[in-house]
Amino acid sequence: MSAAVRPDEPQVEVTLCPGGPMLLRGATHVIDDDGRRVPVERPVVALCRCDKSGRKPWCDGTHKLLPLEI
Amino acid sequence: MLLPRARGPISTEVFASLLHAPPGVSTVPMPPGWPDHFEDPLEDEDLQVTLWALYELHYKGFEDVEDEWEWDAGMLAVRRELERSFEAALRTLAEPHVRAVVGGKGDLADRLFDLTEAFEGPELSAYLQRTATREQTEEFLALRSIYHLKESDPQSWAIPRLQPAIKSRLVELQFDEYGGGRPERVHQALYATTLERAGLDPAYGAYIDDVPAIVLATNNAMSLFGLHRRLNGAAMGHLGAFEATSSLPCVRYAAGLRRLGFGDDAAFYFDEHVEADAVHEQLALRGICAALALDDPSQEADIVFGAVICLALDVRFAEQLLGAWDSDANLLGPEHDGVPVPA
Repeated sequence: MSAAVRPDEPQVEVTLCPGGPMLLRGATHVIDDDGRRVPVERPVVALCRCDKSGRKPWCDGTHKLLPLEI
Repeated sequence: MLLPRARGPISTEVFASLLHAPPGVSTVPMPPGWPDHFEDPLEDEDLQVTLWALYELHYKGFEDVEDEWEWDAGMLAVRRELERSFEAALRTLAEPHVRAVVGGKGDLADRLFDLTEAFEGPELSAYLQRTATREQTEEFLALRSIYHLKESDPQSWAIPRLQPAIKSRLVELQFDEYGGGRPERVHQALYATTLERAGLDPAYGAYIDDVPAIVLATNNAMSLFGLHRRLNGAAMGHLGAFEATSSLPCVRYAAGLRRLGFGDDAAFYFDEHVEADAVHEQLALRGICAALALDDPSQEADIVFGAVICLALDVRFAEQLLGAWDSDANLLGPEHDGVPVPA
């Protein structure tokens, strides 16, 4: 029998999007580059992976403006 | 909200019935030549306003129309006739783009991201960021109010039709659209605040008599896709393309509002969409559209169809709005009936 996930257990799930951000489900906060504790305020958040977002730690879609290979 | 003004023979007949006849005894005559007489259904003010009003019966309805009209068989028959012309025009518009994407190599989500990035249109968001006057920005906000005050509602029709894994992704996305449990953060409410701060009327449908056919068609396409189970794929494709073309323009809209001194409260709706839609585009294209096509490959063509329609109607809207501004005219106004009037 597989280990059942109890609904009251906190679960964090990370999804890496090809060519895009990292989706984070179930997190309560993110520690950013400067050590700031940034609260998570939506059910899923997208974390910047290209380092060019104007709203880090969050993705703002800027990766789409970058050349494919950097 | 009251029934909109009629814009031609069909809406005159249909609206007269809605206002004055008892539901259940529908006596709406089909105008002669119907439906072949629509030169361009997407630009037909009469067709679009009639369809918009008939769809609205399924959302909030009208204070001056009896609720029972929503399921009046005669009125549904009229709607169906209008929809046939409308959907045929949408299919014709989308066909070349759909053909280029369907059956292509690679993951459908990647192909749809590529489609949204390659789709060519005028830079409306850049114009609003750098150049637009206060009046032009207000006009843009009013034109977009028809959708943003019912934002996400047309996509909610799809929820019961999806299998559980995909349904959970759509509900996750919609939960965020509807404020994540905080009423004041419902995106519709944020847009009402934007309108209010810009000195515009935040009431639902306040500008319905003032918007041209392209704005009605944009809204009607979402209702068409949402209300027909057979078009579920198109509804999700539309959602995906909408989300994937939102974050970057919203950065520019927010900057434009701040440039003109509208203030942070007015810009907040767009700020919120920068971050929200960077998440939503991944959920919609990967978690919903690609998963839906994997689950049922026959859905792929309609998913792409919906995505193309979102992009193509957005381009038409931008062309018409920038075209009007370029000749010192407006797209918003009760008397234009599709023809830009001098400002």
